[in-house]
Amino acid sequence: MGFGHWEASHTMTLHNDPSQASAYTRREFLHSGLTMASAAVAVPHFLQRSAFALPTAAAGLSSIAGVNEDRILVVCQLGGGNDGLNTVIPFRQDAYYRARPGIALRGEDQLLQLSRLGSNGSEGLALHRAMSGVKSLYDDGLCALVQGVGYPNPNRSHFKSMDIWQTADTSGVGDGWLGRYIDAECCGYGKGESGKDDGSSETINPPIAIGRTAPLALEGARVKPVAFETPDLFRWMGEDVHDSLVDPYEKLAQQGVTPGTDPHSNAAFLMRTTLDAQVSSDQIRQAVSRQPLVRYPNSGFARQLQMVASMIRSGLKTRIYYVTHGGFDTHSGQGGSNGRHAQLLQQFSDGVKAFYDDLKAQENDGRVMTMCFSEFGRRVSQNASGGTDHGTAAPMFLLGPMVKAGVTGLHPSLTDLDQGDLKYKIDFRSVYSDVLGAWLGAKNPGEILEGRFKATRVVKG
Amino acid sequence: MNASIAAGAQVEPVEPPPLHLKPIDRRSFGYAEARHLLWRAGFGGSPAQIQTLASWGLDKAVDHLLDYEAVPFEAPSADAFDRNIMQPPTDEQRRQRRAAQRSQNENALAQFRLRRQQAQRRDRQQIGEMQRWWLKRMIETPRPFEEKMTLFWHGRLATGYRTIENSYHMYLQNQTFRANAAGNFGNILLAIIRDPAMLKYLDNDESSKRRPNENLARELMELFSLGVGAYTERDIKQGARALTGYTFRDDEFYFNQENHDTGSKTILGVRAPHDGESFVRAILRQRACSEFLASTLYRFFVRHIPTDPTRQTKDTKRIVGQVASALRRSDYELRPVLRQLFKSQHFYHPSVMDEQIKSPVELVVGAVRSLNAPVRDLAVLNDALDLMGQRLFFPPSVKGWDGGRSWVNTSTMFVRQNILAFLLTGKKPVGYDATVGSETFDPMALLDSLESGDPGASNDPSKVVDYLLRLTLGKSPAHARAVLTEFIETHGGVRKDVVTGALLLVTAMPEYQLC
Repeated sequence: MGFGHWEASHTMTLHNDPSQASAYTRREFLHSGLTMASAAVAVPHFLQRSAFALPTAAAGLSSIAGVNEDRILVVCQLGGGNDGLNTVIPFRQDAYYRARPGIALRGEDQLLQLSRLGSNGSEGLALHRAMSGVKSLYDDGLCALVQGVGYPNPNRSHFKSMDIWQTADTSGVGDGWLGRYIDAECCGYGKGESGKDDGSSETINPPIAIGRTAPLALEGARVKPVAFETPDLFRWMGEDVHDSLVDPYEKLAQQGVTPGTDPHSNAAFLMRTTLDAQVSSDQIRQAVSRQPLVRYPNSGFARQLQMVASMIRSGLKTRIYYVTHGGFDTHSGQGGSNGRHAQLLQQFSDGVKAFYDDLKAQENDGRVMTMCFSEFGRRVSQNASGGTDHGTAAPMFLLGPMVKAGVTGLHPSLTDLDQGDLKYKIDFRSVYSDVLGAWLGAKNPGEILEGRFKATRVVKG
Repeated sequence: MNASIAAGAQVEPVEPPPLHLKPIDRRSFGYAEARHLLWRAGFGGSPAQIQTLASWGLDKAVDHLLDYEAVPFEAPSADAFDRNIMQPPTDEQRRQRRAAQRSQNENALAQFRLRRQQAQRRDRQQIGEMQRWWLKRMIETPRPFEEKMTLFWHGRLATGYRTIENSYHMYLQNQTFRANAAGNFGNILLAIIRDPAMLKYLDNDESSKRRPNENLARELMELFSLGVGAYTERDIKQGARALTGYTFRDDEFYFNQENHDTGSKTILGVRAPHDGESFVRAILRQRACSEFLASTLYRFFVRHIPTDPTRQTKDTKRIVGQVASALRRSDYELRPVLRQLFKSQHFYHPSVMDEQIKSPVELVVGAVRSLNAPVRDLAVLNDALDLMGQRLFFPPSVKGWDGGRSWVNTSTMFVRQNILAFLLTGKKPVGYDATVGSETFDPMALLDSLESGDPGASNDPSKVVDYLLRLTLGKSPAHARAVLTEFIETHGGVRKDVVTGALLLVTAMPEYQLC
């Protein structure tokens, strides 16, 4: 064995037959779609066996024993700090109106009052009138609303607070919480351990973020997320320069491992990854090119959800998707029942409503939970510019037929404040804990979150 | 792929490289070796640079790169950036803030918050300027080894801007790394325990005699010098005491005598009233220190081995051991050791050459330098580095970047291909509006040295392809040669746009990610 594979042979069991390394083509991958080429050669033996040991019917949904691959989580980030108090409104409290004379919502035509579901207290709460979409999900039992979510010693910097939410660590340091989950599921490595040098890469499909960069939440030590704004950008752009480049590109870059290449070398690893990238790109672009089953509203946010729904519909084995709706940093002129904030909420609400209508038409709604959060809420009192400044606790929305529908937790007091800010009632990590454990089937959410957080029940028991 | 090719796949056996640092035969230092040296000790070279180094021969080539002080280049100035953005509040401001808190003066408190947010916003702008500044310096420097070592230290003794939120301190640290780039490892460790950015990053500014913070002491041994297993938890506790009082004021190191624990401590078997300096000296006396440093240098310059000795093979341990003993002989002077390494048979062995995965910085800087491609837009290049996972001044943790295969996945692979397409054609990579720059890439200039060595060759498609492959991949695989020669021949021969097309194809090849 040559110099190039000393460490590889030392740390892992490799596929025995090197000629297998080149026996994959892009076409075959498109058809089989079971594992990525980079995994096919370098997956440790025990993983491969368990993949092949599964009955064919189950293998359609799960390629790794013990993992609920049919369950999908869509994370929806409301970037900039959504004003929770004008999203879920405690409309019976005078303090609300006193603090927000210019932007408060009032009266039946501005408020969508929440009815009582089960034992949960929805008394005196209403959604912003722009949120009829979410209201109808709520009425259909597809929405869990968790009140007053935050964390100790809140940080009011967008960047820091977003890091805290994404790492589930109050210092905002380390890998992403979902990255750690995927690492633990696929490879059994914990946070902070470096990627191994043995060449085994994705053994389950990486999470997909719609956006220019992948969020920290999805960054694991082992599995790295895929990110693209539109699938049309998730490909080699050189082919746009001239048509004549397409054919030689296929011959030079899409051949998998070329004959004569040591299958354990970095060159072989790169050849496999390039082929994988092309296969994912083809699959994703093919998926997204289909007409959706419902009409989506015309917004960037809705388009992201439409793409996610198409990928789910096409049977992609991706389990975690991440979408982003930005612009919630409403320091000035945020408006009340109309205006900028109302518009953002409407885009959010109409988007997720269409998304669940689509999933229902696909008969995939039962497989898909959506979790919506923002890095912080905003201050109780409006400021002098008709807006609100960075605050603390805020509501979270969890969507899908599997959620414990209704309102969870009590609204934070509007009078017992910490320097003008709401005091949080529920640590966001206790919501994560239930999402990881009860929905994604993580065996030990405490290990992933690096601390025990009493799960706030958001998934039906 | 058809069965006959797959069945016929034979892997050429490669002899393992010699496990010593003896120099190569001077006569065997040619184009391929000079190219390899330029990539590993720098960021690649243009055809003219490769040929110059090859013609100088091994000793002069290596000396020229390593003894870079002889090459004039402007040092970065202290006032290139604004040092005052993140100045801590004055005593008077602190007093006012406390008063506002006491009286619950919400308006005044909001003002304080706003001012801080504005400063943070300006500082984030400045760290962006700094990223582009350093990227430009790496692209332009006539002293590539100096910047390569600066990058090495940034990844080895890592500090992240996100945590310290002070761009000027990142700049000062960058200067410290550059000033000590190829100097003495002891001096670098001594500098890092006095570096404001690091002191803040690892919380030593919050350490006190009464409650020593162990963060810096731990990472100093675990990640910066000895590696896991070469020290005890007790060494960490005692080391943390030695580092009490090491803090900073404004932009400078400050030794707070009152907060320093002057008592006796036993660190790594040495009993003394240690301070940070003697703590570092105790570390340097450990054999494990030379071995750990040797592993990290070897991993960066030669081959991506694990730094944990328990995960290294016997042969890896042997060659790393050779580097480690050279480090001990030189008293941790880096230059003589790297000089020996860069002249060794081991370094030029076929299994070492073209088998390292380029870091995103190496990919981008190297493409500009080796292909003479126009820079076009530093902001785009800088964003691409981010997309590829190497954001300068934002290493993911105190461990720095993992490097090697962790750089590449299905997402970053397209960015890697597309940033090259941008450099060569102006076509913007993933996610940008297409405002194509006016600069054009002239691939024909790359052919000058082909023509001068072999008149007429620059009109011969197969010779041009062979030449370009040797420049970009270090070798000329038959399959690629055939596809590219056909491409050039069927599209009108060796012309500017056709050659650019050929380079687009080559740089999209998986092998282009190697150096």
